[in-house]
Parts: sequence; structure tokens; C-alpha cells
Amino acid sequence: MDPFSTHTGIGVPLRRSNVDTDQIIPAVYLKRVTRTGFDDGLFHAWRQQPDFILNIEPFSRGSVLVAGPDFGTGSSREHAVWALMDYGFRAVIASRFGDIFRGNSAKAGLLAAEVAQPDVELLWKLLENDPGTEVTVDLTEKTVHARDLTVPFLIDDYTRWRLLEGLDDIGLTLRHADDIATFETTRPRRLPTTS
Amino acid sequence: MGASRTLAEKVWDLHLVRRGKGSEPDLLYIDLHLVHEVTSPQAFDGLRLAGRPVRRPDLTLATEDHNVPTTDVELPIADPVSRTQVETLRKNCAEFGVPLYPMNHAEQGIVHVVGPQLGLTQPGTTVVCGDSHTSTHGAFGALAFGIGTSEVEHVLATQTLPLKRFRTMAVNVNSADGTLRPGVTSKDVVLAMIAQISTGGGQGYVIEYRGNVIENLSMEARMTICNMSIEAGARAGMIAPDETTFAYLKGRDRAPSGAAWDEAVAAWRELRTDADATFDAEVHIDGDALTPFVTWGTNPGQGVPLGERVPDPARIVDEHERVAAEKALAYMGLEAGTPLREVAVDTVFVGSCTNGRIEDLRAAAGVIKGRKVADGVRMLVVPGSMRVRFQAEEEGLDAVFRDAGAEWRSAGCSMCLGMNPDQLAPGERSASTSNRNFEGRQGKGGRTHLVSPLVAAATAVRGTLSSPEDLADGSA
Ligand code: SF4
Repeated sequence: MDPFSTHTGIGVPLRRSNVDTDQIIPAVYLKRVTRTGFDDGLFHAWRQQPDFILNIEPFSRGSVLVAGPDFGTGSSREHAVWALMDYGFRAVIASRFGDIFRGNSAKAGLLAAEVAQPDVELLWKLLENDPGTEVTVDLTEKTVHARDLTVPFLIDDYTRWRLLEGLDDIGLTLRHADDIATFETTRPRRLPTTS
Repeated sequence: MGASRTLAEKVWDLHLVRRGKGSEPDLLYIDLHLVHEVTSPQAFDGLRLAGRPVRRPDLTLATEDHNVPTTDVELPIADPVSRTQVETLRKNCAEFGVPLYPMNHAEQGIVHVVGPQLGLTQPGTTVVCGDSHTSTHGAFGALAFGIGTSEVEHVLATQTLPLKRFRTMAVNVNSADGTLRPGVTSKDVVLAMIAQISTGGGQGYVIEYRGNVIENLSMEARMTICNMSIEAGARAGMIAPDETTFAYLKGRDRAPSGAAWDEAVAAWRELRTDADATFDAEVHIDGDALTPFVTWGTNPGQGVPLGERVPDPARIVDEHERVAAEKALAYMGLEAGTPLREVAVDTVFVGSCTNGRIEDLRAAAGVIKGRKVADGVRMLVVPGSMRVRFQAEEEGLDAVFRDAGAEWRSAGCSMCLGMNPDQLAPGERSASTSNRNFEGRQGKGGRTHLVSPLVAAATAVRGTLSSPEDLADGSA
């Protein structure tokens, strides 16, 4: 995973709440066995509508998505994160995220920045009044800036550290391989196995 | 033993490989990792790239479910992309030594039906799967939750997961005598709960379902409730194991036997929230007030009792919810104020990991027996696993469904998510026993009403959203 410290790109206001991962990428696009190539499935149903935000210049070139509350609820599909990243998004801003989506973002290197809803509204207005406005998401400072607006965002310290360092979770866990082996010796023998 | 703890905290502590320092997450051991074809290929690829083996193939089990067709199951899968995905799973399992139940195997089925019926899902264990409805397994007092593909790779490689502690929520469901009214099922309980706390209400929580109504439910009914915890945003749902749990497990293939059984039951009895433990949040549901519930919108929180009307968005105060309701009604093709009982459907789907177990099929068959599926309505009955299918066929339920004019299928996820050919056409409307009414979930442009198996069967007979009591007057 590449380290993430700050990203600047066109902000895309998505005025929808409860955007579930089925909307982000429908199931029929999940049949690929690769980790890339999901951009054509992103928001597939909505992209059929000419007035959908990503069909409008310059939003179609956006890389910071500013969405309504409860973004990424529902299915655990990490493909939702991959589709956003394949399209070009590097950060998603919302006041609340689905738990699994938030975790998946952290693993794949997409920044899920939790911004208070009143601040999301300010960002929406700014981006709508002036399409093409660039938004900077600064992970070091935990702030979002656009024009003269600067608002804070929340992210847990551990995820922030991992993103800043670009660290891979499995590698981190394997530093504790001895602890895992020790734990395994204490598991009751009655526990089931699959083989 | 220190401070008093909830059930979820006890199970957590039993699996602590390493306590995180400072902001670091805890490292938890995983007892059972279920795998399916959709969310695993990239994880196996990751292992291959890094040259890592699967640490515990003997704690890992794969099944084919999401993509599999439910007709012509003896033939190769017609859709080449689905076929590739299923074949990739087979190759990966062979290469990494992971046990697999492929299509047509007697143990094949939806992951969340397979684990419990084998007795693999046990009280006090940790269960994960690259699928959000892993919460189903919490019905046994397991800590069970869905994970993304990167986490699937993590568990394959290390049999552990780094996790932040969840908050705890109690959902108390009580009624005067611990029962629900006739025609009201655990599906109605959970739909009502989600409508009450909203789809985001459970975010960050593990829910524990408690109360006399829960205690009186069968294991399968409990699984239906825990299954849909994720639709309230919760990562997991749990129910403390009790005699019902032990009776269900006793004698199952992978359940302990002999002295190990006694030892296990003694340990399982400890798995209860301490009397003086506190939850971070508590919710109460009046079991006596519950009636059959249906969704009208495009998320599982947009539901009301079947006896009500399609709500009027103009009356919703919260702006986001109002806009969401307007969009939902437009998508669903519904007018505010329409009695839900007048909403006509094209398709009825009975199945999924929510309601595709034998009791669900018995309930639906009980309603439809001797009646006919209404003209112009298609009814699909898809057992959750091959075992459920064989059991139903032994009981003659397949004949009941077929005689009524329904289609009897083989096991899989089917129309729950429309990854296989079982899909709604654009604009088609379904009454579905599955768990998600999201836009396009059952097929692009499809409109889904979530219901219980009883409501599904009654709806098939009348052609409009109905409960079994609507059939009593001879209108069928
Ligand atoms: S039945 Fe539906 S919800 Fe359950 S695992 Fe299959 S697709 Fe997911």
C-alpha cells in the first residue's frame, strides 16, 4: 500500500444518504477475480442517468467524494472501495460510514474522512456553487480545505498511522507470530475443525 | 474475575491473542473462517503473491453459493464469468488445502446455512466470512461478523484479525407471556427493530438480543434475527446460548460428543451477560404490539406494519430521511397513502440466508398448501442448502409448492442478490424473504418488499402484499 499523507483533487458533492455498497457497485460486477477493473461498475445504475453528478464536467474528473450520512452501508464487498479507487477517488468524506466499508477503505488505502454533517453541508454548497473546486484532504493535520474553508475530520489514530506509513496489516500481525502460536496451544481441543 | 462483562465481551476476551497498546487494535483469534467464491479470489491471489500459506485450512471452509444457478445444476454454469469465479474458488481451495463443498455436493449451500447445520458454529466461538450476514452465526452465542477481502486474506494468512473493541447494545424484546401474536415471526421482530433504530442505529455496536420473546424462539428463528443485525448497521448480533441452543447442536456432525460434549455445555453455560454488566445502549421492543411487517422503501429501515399505508414523505421531519423517502417512493413506483395490502407483486421469493431454512419452508408451505399462486405471479422457493432441500423433499414440501404453482429450486443465494440468472426485470416488484431491498439488489430496476415467509406465501396466493389472516375469509 502506498503511504497517504495529503491529497488534492476536484470535490464531488453526492447529496444522497445511505449509499449502500450495492449502489456503489452492483453484484453483477463482482464476478471478476482480479483486484482492479471495477470502475465501469461504480454507481452503475445512477451513471445511466445523464444528470448524475459523475456525468457532469468537471465532476467526472473528481477524486474527493463528499457524500451524505451512512455511506457504504450493507454488503461487505471490498469491491466498492476498489471501484471508487479505480475510478480515481482517493478520499471519501461523510458524517457516518458503514463499519465494514470504513475498515475496507483503511486496508485498501482509500481515506474515509468523518466530517460533521454541518461541515459536509458547507462543502456541498461550495462545490455546487463553484464546480471544479479543489478539495485538499490532509491526513497529517486531519483537516479538509477547500477555498477559504477548513474543517476538521475524525479518523482513528491507528488507521491514520497505518495510512501515513503505508503499512500492510498482515506484515504487522506476523510480527506477533509467536503470540499466535502460543495462543493456539491454549485452545480447547473440543473446538471443531472443518477437515 | 474482575468487572462484570457482557456476552460479547466474554467471547472477545476468550480470543485475545494480544491486547493492543495505546491506539493499537486487539488481535483476536478466529475459530472458524467461512469462504465463498465472490469475496475470496483476490485474497488467495494476495497469499500467492506474498508466498504465504493458509495458516489453518482445518479452521477454514468454503462453499459455492452466490453465483450458483438453481436450475440445471448438473450442467456447467452457463454464464462464463460466474463459471470462472466458481472454478477459481475450486483451484484456490485445492492449491491451499481448504475443504470445499462444491455445487451438487450434499453439504453445499449458503455459507450461513451450512455452518450451523454442520454444528460448526458453536457458542463462544469467533466466526468470520467475507460476507456481511455472518452475523447470522451469533444466534449461537458466537461472535460472528462480516469482513472485507483484505481481511479475508489476513485471516487466511494469520487466523487472526486486528480489531477495535465494539460497543455493546442490548435489544430487549419482551411480551406479556413471551410469545408473539399468531402470524408474527422473528423476521417481523427484526424488521420492526431496524425501522425503530434505523439502518445506522447499530453502527459500531454488537447487539445482544434478550428478553422472553427471544428466549422462546427456535434456533432458526434466532438466526433470522441475528442475520439482519447488519441491516441496522451493527457488526454482529448475538443471543446467549441456552437449552434450545444445546438441543439444536447435540448430535450434529461437528458438535462435540461424549465427555467433550459435557465439558462444552459446562463452558457454554458461562456465556451469559453478567447480571450487573452494562450495555453502551439499550433498546426495547414491545413484542405484544408487533404485527406482520413489510418494507416500502429501498433500505431495510423503511418498513411499517403491513396493515398501514405507504408513508407520506412530506410528514418526515428529518431532511435526509425525507429526501431518501421521496427517492425511494419514486424508485419503488409507489404513491404515498396507498394501503400496503393493495400493492400488487409480480414475484415472490422464499429463500436466502435469512429465511431459507427448513422451518421457513415449512411455514410458507403451511400457508400455501391446497391453495394456488395467483395468476400472473411467479413464486420461487430456493432452499438455503442441499440438506434443507433434501429435508423439504422428504417432508413433501416440494410437492406442496409445485402443486400450488411455485417453482422448486436447488440451493443457493439466488434472487437474494441476483448474481445468478434468478433476477427481477426492470420495474418488476417482489415480496422477498431476503434481507435487502436496496435499489437493483434483485436485478436492475427491480423493486423489493422484505417480508416473512408467512407473508410471502400469503402474498403469492392473493397477488398483493398479504398476511395469512387475509386468506381466512375465503378470498383465496
Ligand atoms: S443469501 Fe443473500 S444475503 Fe445471504 S449470503 Fe447469499 S447473497 Fe448474501
